Amino acid sequence: MCEPESNSTAPASTPGFYTLFRTEFTLAVRRRSDIVNPLLFFVTVLALMPLGIGPEPEMLSRMAAGLIWVMALLATLLSQESLFRGDYEDGSLEQLALQSQPLYYPVLAKVLVHWLVTGVPLAVLSPLLGMMLNLGQGGYWPLLMSLALGTASLSLIGAVGAALTVALRRPGLLLALIIMPLYVPVLIFGTGTVQAALDGYSYGPQLAILGAILAAAAALAPLAAAGAIRISLEN
Amino acid sequence: MSWQWFHRMGSPRWFYQKSSVWLPWLGAAGLILLTVGCIWGLGFAPQDAKQGNSYRIMYIHVPAAFLALAGYYIMAICGAIGLIWKMKLSFVVMRAAAPIGAALTFISLVTGAVWGKPTWGTYWVWDARITSMLILFFLYLGVMALSGAFSREQSGDKASALLALVGTVNIPIIYKSVDWWFTLHQPATLKLTQASTIDPSMFYPLITMIAGFYLFYAWVLTLHTRTLILQREWRTQWVRELLEQPVPAAKS
Repeated sequence: MCEPESNSTAPASTPGFYTLFRTEFTLAVRRRSDIVNPLLFFVTVLALMPLGIGPEPEMLSRMAAGLIWVMALLATLLSQESLFRGDYEDGSLEQLALQSQPLYYPVLAKVLVHWLVTGVPLAVLSPLLGMMLNLGQGGYWPLLMSLALGTASLSLIGAVGAALTVALRRPGLLLALIIMPLYVPVLIFGTGTVQAALDGYSYGPQLAILGAILAAAAALAPLAAAGAIRISLEN
Repeated sequence: MSWQWFHRMGSPRWFYQKSSVWLPWLGAAGLILLTVGCIWGLGFAPQDAKQGNSYRIMYIHVPAAFLALAGYYIMAICGAIGLIWKMKLSFVVMRAAAPIGAALTFISLVTGAVWGKPTWGTYWVWDARITSMLILFFLYLGVMALSGAFSREQSGDKASALLALVGTVNIPIIYKSVDWWFTLHQPATLKLTQASTIDPSMFYPLITMIAGFYLFYAWVLTLHTRTLILQREWRTQWVRELLEQPVPAAKS
C-alpha cells in the first residue's frame, strides 16, 4: 500500500524516526488536556460503575478486570480521533506523505507517542482502580502487563481507523463502528490473562498471544494506516 | 494467451451487457435448487435422533452462515483487486456484496437463535461462534457505513476496500472458533478432507441447499451490481441510450 521508497536517496532534511518521535512527544506533552482527558474519563466512568451495578464486593471483584479493560478500550478510542486530525487540517500530513521516506515511520512515531501518553498511564493507573473495584489478589500484575501490551495493539489498530476517517468532517461514531470489531481479539485475551491469573492458572499463554497480536499489529497496522492516509488525502 | 477478456472485465458496460445473458440462467438454476432442497430437506429428510424436527432449520442456517463468511472474502478480494489493479468494476462488486453479506449474516444469526431455543434452551449465549458471527455482522456494517461516508466516490471505494482487507484478519478466527474453543456450538459437521459426520440422507439435501444458496448469492450480487453500475454511470452515453430504449414487451 505504501510505496517502498528507498531511504538512501532521501535528502538530508528528511526528519528521521527519532526526530519525528521527539517532536510528536513534545507536542503531546505540551497539550496536557489531551493526555489528562482520556484518563479522567477512564477514572470517572469506572467510579460510576459501582453506583450503577451495585457496591457488593464479590460482584465487583468478579467484574473488575472486564470493566477496566472495556473502559481502557473506550478511552483509547476517544483519544484516537485526534491522532491525525491536527496534522491533516494544517497540511503537515500532506507534507509527510510527500517525503521520500515511507509513511510507515511517521505513523509508527505518532502511534508510539499515542500509546505512551494514553496507554501507559492507563496501565500504570490500573492497579489503583483494581483496588477500588476489589480486584482479587494476584490479578494486579497480570492486569498491568496485559493492559501495557494490549493498549499498544489498540493504538496501532485504531490508527488505521483514524487514518481512514481523517478526511471526514464528523468521524466520531463511524470511527467507533469500524474499529470496535477489530478490537475484540485484544479484549478477549486481555481479560483472559487476568481471569486465568485469578483462577490460579498460568497466564503466560494469554500474555504471549497478546504479544503476538502486538507484533503483527506493529508490522501491518502502520502500513495499512499509511495506505489509508494516502486515500484520505485524495479525498 | 490473450488477456483481452481480463481487461474487458474491468469495464462496467461490458459486465452489464454480458450479465443480462447470464442473469436468467443463474436465477432459474438457483431457485430450482433452492426449491428442491427446501422440499427435500424440510419434507422428506429423516428426523434427527436427538434433535427431532428442529434440526431442519439447518437447511437454511448452514448455507446462510457459509455464505456470510464466503461473502466477506468475496467482498475483500474484490476490494483488493480494485486497490491493486484499479478496476472500477471490482469496487462496484465490493459495494454490492456488503449489504448482501450483512443480510446473510443476520439470517444465520436469527435462524441460529431460533434453533438454539429448542436445542440449548436459550435464544442467545455468548459463545465463541455466535459472538464472532455478531462481530462479522458489525464488520459488514462498518464497511457499509464507511463506503457511504465519503463525498468522493473513489475515496469511499478505496477506504472501504482497505477496511474490508483489514477485517479479513477476523474471518479465520470465526471459521475456526468452534474447533479452537470448547463452546456450546457444535463443531463443524461438513469437512472437506475427511468424511462428514452426517448421514447421507440428510447430507444430500443440505448440499443441494448450499449449492442453491451459492447460485442465489451470485444472482443477487449480479443484480445489485447492475443496479449500482446504472447509478454510477448514469452520465455516460451507453446508459442514456439504454434508458431511452423502449422496454421490450417480453420482459414486462
